Amino acid sequence: MIRLRGIHKSYWMGANRLHVLRGIDLAIAPGEFISIMGASGSGKSTLMNVLGLLDNYDEGEYRFDGELLKDLSETRAARVRGERIGFVFQSFHLIPFKTALENVALPLYYRKVPRRQRLRLAAEYLDKVGLSDRATHLPRELSGGQQQRVAIARALISQPRILLADEPTGALDSQTSREVMAVLQGVQDEGVAVVIVTHEHDIAEMTDRVVHLVDGEIESDRRQERRAAFDVPVPGTQLPPPREATALP
Amino acid sequence: MIDFDLWQEILDTVRRNKLRTALTGFSVAWGIFMLVVLLGSGTGLQQGVEYQFRDDATNSIFVRAGRTSLPHQGMRPGRDVQFDTRDYDTVRDRVPGVEHSSGRAFIRGSTIVRYRDESGNFSVRAVHPGHQFIEKTLVRQGRFLNELDQREFRKSAVIGTLVAEALFGKSPAIGREIEINGVFFQVVGVFDDDGSEQERELVYVPVSTAQRAFGGRDRLAQILFTTGDATLEESQEMELSVKELLANRHLFDPADPRALFVTNNVENFQRFASLMAGIRAFIWVVGIGTLVAGVVGVSNIMMIAVKERTREIGIRKAVGATPFSVVRLVLEETVLITAIAGYAGLVLGVFTLEGLARALPEADFFRSPQVDLGVALSATLLLVVAGALAGFFPARRAAAIRPIEALRDE
Repeated sequence: MIRLRGIHKSYWMGANRLHVLRGIDLAIAPGEFISIMGASGSGKSTLMNVLGLLDNYDEGEYRFDGELLKDLSETRAARVRGERIGFVFQSFHLIPFKTALENVALPLYYRKVPRRQRLRLAAEYLDKVGLSDRATHLPRELSGGQQQRVAIARALISQPRILLADEPTGALDSQTSREVMAVLQGVQDEGVAVVIVTHEHDIAEMTDRVVHLVDGEIESDRRQERRAAFDVPVPGTQLPPPREATALP
Repeated sequence: MIDFDLWQEILDTVRRNKLRTALTGFSVAWGIFMLVVLLGSGTGLQQGVEYQFRDDATNSIFVRAGRTSLPHQGMRPGRDVQFDTRDYDTVRDRVPGVEHSSGRAFIRGSTIVRYRDESGNFSVRAVHPGHQFIEKTLVRQGRFLNELDQREFRKSAVIGTLVAEALFGKSPAIGREIEINGVFFQVVGVFDDDGSEQERELVYVPVSTAQRAFGGRDRLAQILFTTGDATLEESQEMELSVKELLANRHLFDPADPRALFVTNNVENFQRFASLMAGIRAFIWVVGIGTLVAGVVGVSNIMMIAVKERTREIGIRKAVGATPFSVVRLVLEETVLITAIAGYAGLVLGVFTLEGLARALPEADFFRSPQVDLGVALSATLLLVVAGALAGFFPARRAAAIRPIEALRDE
């Protein structure tokens, strides 16, 4: 589905050139669950941004379904992002003055889906991440884990082919991290490729494939048997209602 | 073009930033309000001044005879100067640039004007036909005095509307015979005048007839004329020429300040006109200053608004917003706020002017303040465009940067 060949990317810090990606070759198949690991400065976030068309690259080829994506205009990049790629960020990046439901519905607004249909779909996706009872809450009224699940629902609503998550659990405690990872595993089960960046080994263990980056190059790329995220009861696609809800009398 | 969803988005932001919206709106509304009130007051002042000049032609010169105050050619001061018809002829024929001209004579003592049983005490002015243009007499019925009346000593009279009302009531006045101090005149016209009520209580008769009928010999009390489109300097030349000619005829020093009294309306009007121009320029400067302050205020606020929305714009772009949609979101918000606030300021300003016009008595220096709606609307439009521009550039910059940069500032 996605094929990277010889991707190079440098940043200019004043007069110094910072060669961040030094020839990345990577293929991602539909439904894969990949974690990218590496020390800070190894280029994992940059690779993520290139994959997500959030940033351009200097050399090499990025093909999506065989189509070369290079030096796209912002408008074109926005369209590709909107149609094929979903994002989850470490700090959630929900729009603070919109309710959970409206945040989830936002991508469909840019795809010109009528409002009524948009909100119905958003409710559906909120339900998928177990937050249908939080639809009218603003982000600041939600816990970190809940916010991240809203962000995941938002990323999924436009039915992307691939979901990119940059340190999705970086701002969460291990308990909540597991909830979020369970949701991501459920997503991946539906055939959406998921790529996460992480530096936590126990998080990487929950994925099918671990790519190690060192100094902008792929040092190792191995497949593994993933571990289910829920060694604790967590809300998720095919799981009982969320903890918060059950705690209520 | 503006769909419901976009409205929803805009209302969301407006609701979230009540203070910011209020400030932007206020600076726009205030700018327009001040401009409207200033321009309206300027118009009020100008109309006040024009009202003062409504009565007489603004290019007229009035000459009255006085009493000498300087010795001249061995004669002592204190001699009365008396105009006669030849003075009028001299001025008419020898002062360059005279357009319409007239002498004026008055009947001494009180004048009783009578028609059958109705009578009244009205002033009678004996004038030349050119007087109509100098005094801006508006003939409502019939005609004004003409050259034939003058040449053939006809007993024609043109009466003011108030005179006609007093003597004839509603019935027609033209052709009737009225009696002025025992002499019969035929009414040939009824006139109106923009001046005071007294102007409408006058009776005009030909100078020639009056001089003969009322024993005035060939005396005149005043000589008046208009100067055409003479400039201020030319009118002053004419004034000087009048003084020299008359000084020559009546043997007084042309520099004698009390032998002749000359009212140069060109000069007066010119003085007012330049004063008005000054006031108008001042008002425009203040008004444009206010507008610029409004524009700067709006620009500032929009720039800050876009800056603080950089992250939000990054998020929107990450979920598929195109740069165009981002720019549009910001622009339509700006345009909406400035347009509504500008309109509010406009309405408020117009109401204030109306209130002012009602509350203040119709004074001579200030009347019917009003504003050119076109100007006010253009000013509003200018502010809307300025606000849009002020929002456009930062919005375009925010829309153009890669979302990753927008998301980075934490």
